[in-house]
Amino acid sequence: MLGDEDVREILRLIDDSPLDELRIETDGFSLHVLRGGAAASEPGPQRPAPAAVDPPAAAAPTREGTLIEAPMLGTFYRAEAPGATPFVELGARVEPDTIVCLIEVMKMMNSVPARVSGTIVEICAENAMLVEYGEPLFVVEPD
Amino acid sequence: MGLARVFIANRGEIAVRVVAACRAGGLECVLGASEADLDGLAARQADRVVCIGPPPAAESYLRVETIVAAALGTGCDAIHPGYGFLSESPRLAAAAREHGLVFVGPPAEAIELAGDKLAARGAAAAAGLPVVEGRELADAGDARRFANEHGYPLMLKAAAGGGGRGIKIVHEAGELDAAYALAAAEAQAAFGDGRLYAERFVAAARHVEVQIAADEHGAVVHLGERDCSVQRRYQKLIEEAPAPSLAEHTRDALRAGAVALAQAIGYRNLGTVEFVLDAAGGEFFFLEVNCRIQVEHPVTEAVTGRDLVLEQLRVAGGAPLSFTQQEVGFDGHAIEARLTAEDVSNSFMPSPGRLTRFAAPEMAGLRVDTHCYEGAVITPYYDSLMAKLIAHGSDREAATALLLEALEALEVEGVHTNRSLLAGVLAHEDFAQARVTTRWLEQEAIAA
Repeated sequence: MLGDEDVREILRLIDDSPLDELRIETDGFSLHVLRGGAAASEPGPQRPAPAAVDPPAAAAPTREGTLIEAPMLGTFYRAEAPGATPFVELGARVEPDTIVCLIEVMKMMNSVPARVSGTIVEICAENAMLVEYGEPLFVVEPD
Repeated sequence: MGLARVFIANRGEIAVRVVAACRAGGLECVLGASEADLDGLAARQADRVVCIGPPPAAESYLRVETIVAAALGTGCDAIHPGYGFLSESPRLAAAAREHGLVFVGPPAEAIELAGDKLAARGAAAAAGLPVVEGRELADAGDARRFANEHGYPLMLKAAAGGGGRGIKIVHEAGELDAAYALAAAEAQAAFGDGRLYAERFVAAARHVEVQIAADEHGAVVHLGERDCSVQRRYQKLIEEAPAPSLAEHTRDALRAGAVALAQAIGYRNLGTVEFVLDAAGGEFFFLEVNCRIQVEHPVTEAVTGRDLVLEQLRVAGGAPLSFTQQEVGFDGHAIEARLTAEDVSNSFMPSPGRLTRFAAPEMAGLRVDTHCYEGAVITPYYDSLMAKLIAHGSDREAATALLLEALEALEVEGVHTNRSLLAGVLAHEDFAQARVTTRWLEQEAIAA
């Protein structure tokens, strides 16, 4: 087991290193450190966390509108890379060819276009998590 | 290194079967289902279901990348491919290994060898198994030389082919040139490889196959043989274990040959070595290696009392085989009938639809493997297999009688099935006398 002193030592090592992010996982312990106060749920490709057999409660859309559904099963990413600005945020205007997210299937990044004109009113899927074929990703209020 | 969570990359009754094996082994299971199967029996039983794509198999069950991503994303440590679909895809086996997942089956290299018919033939011959006279052909003139040496009938096969595709039977010299040109053109079109090879054609043949099991520690055993001669267009209908009316020295030679081949090619996990048996002379020849659990595995389970799918999972997890050759015993006789949703009276047209009634009987010695239930829909997207009825009796007559009784008692409404054809075969004198060859059903039963 790691003690407080170990964690402080790890933080010192990170401070002296060029790393922006460190993730340590052992049995019964996980540590995730990000430099510069970046949000912990950083959008962008990274290793998906091992899922529990019970999937996270499916985020059923709560808003009315047109759904953008996952065109394939894969890992959902809201941004091009960790730390990058998400493709779309709540309230963003989208056109049919606006890229709204990436879905990674075995290291292949697939861009997902909105296929509809309107405004993003809900984001249903969680970054870096597995999405299934047909799962709702965004709700768009059409023009 | 045992497994903890298994991704099931299949559907239908075999997905239900793998869920049951996971339960028996205390393993969690995640089912990858197409949109059409989200409400299926396996989906209801698995610990978790993920939708891997739309109904067409090419966009769901046949996508290597999707299967691997789904297994990784759900925290599985192994992929069970079932049979059909990607079960004999060296690409899936290799991709799984590359991503740290265990493929429940042999290594990619063994699947590749088995898939190359000429290479597999060569390996079998090198391991001392009899192969039917045959060789690769250079051209049509070479085909005539082969015919002069070995006579007619002969078979022309695509070197890159498999599953009965691209096979031409040539009965006399006058047909040879035209058949050669056609076969070469078809092989080129279907497989991108126009190479042909010729084999002497065994006209009255039985299909006998040996179940093998091999672990990561060098142990290879057999679990006896099955006779699967009741076929229609290379599709098996009725299978049984042990093979009836087989000389004991032939039975021993088949079993020993299968083990020798598995050892020679570094086979791992469970598999089947198929043979053609000349019904007249009793001679046998190597046919091919199947690198998967077979549809008909339950007849072997019935007579040996072993759970073969659980054994696959154990071995894949690195455990030694849970039994030695000496511990494999055989008890009685088992026969399986494949119930399909087909309209026998209308050229075996698939008969999709909703099952307004489905109830399998419960009888001592009867096992029913199925994904069907009352209200379930037989979709038009996949094969027509509805259920396997497996009867286990003290001898062949008892098993046949039990299976006939079960087929009679089965309640199924809403789709056409092949039930009456199955019952007709089981009640036929030729079946009772074990005189059935692989062409028997087409020549005798359907004509009658």
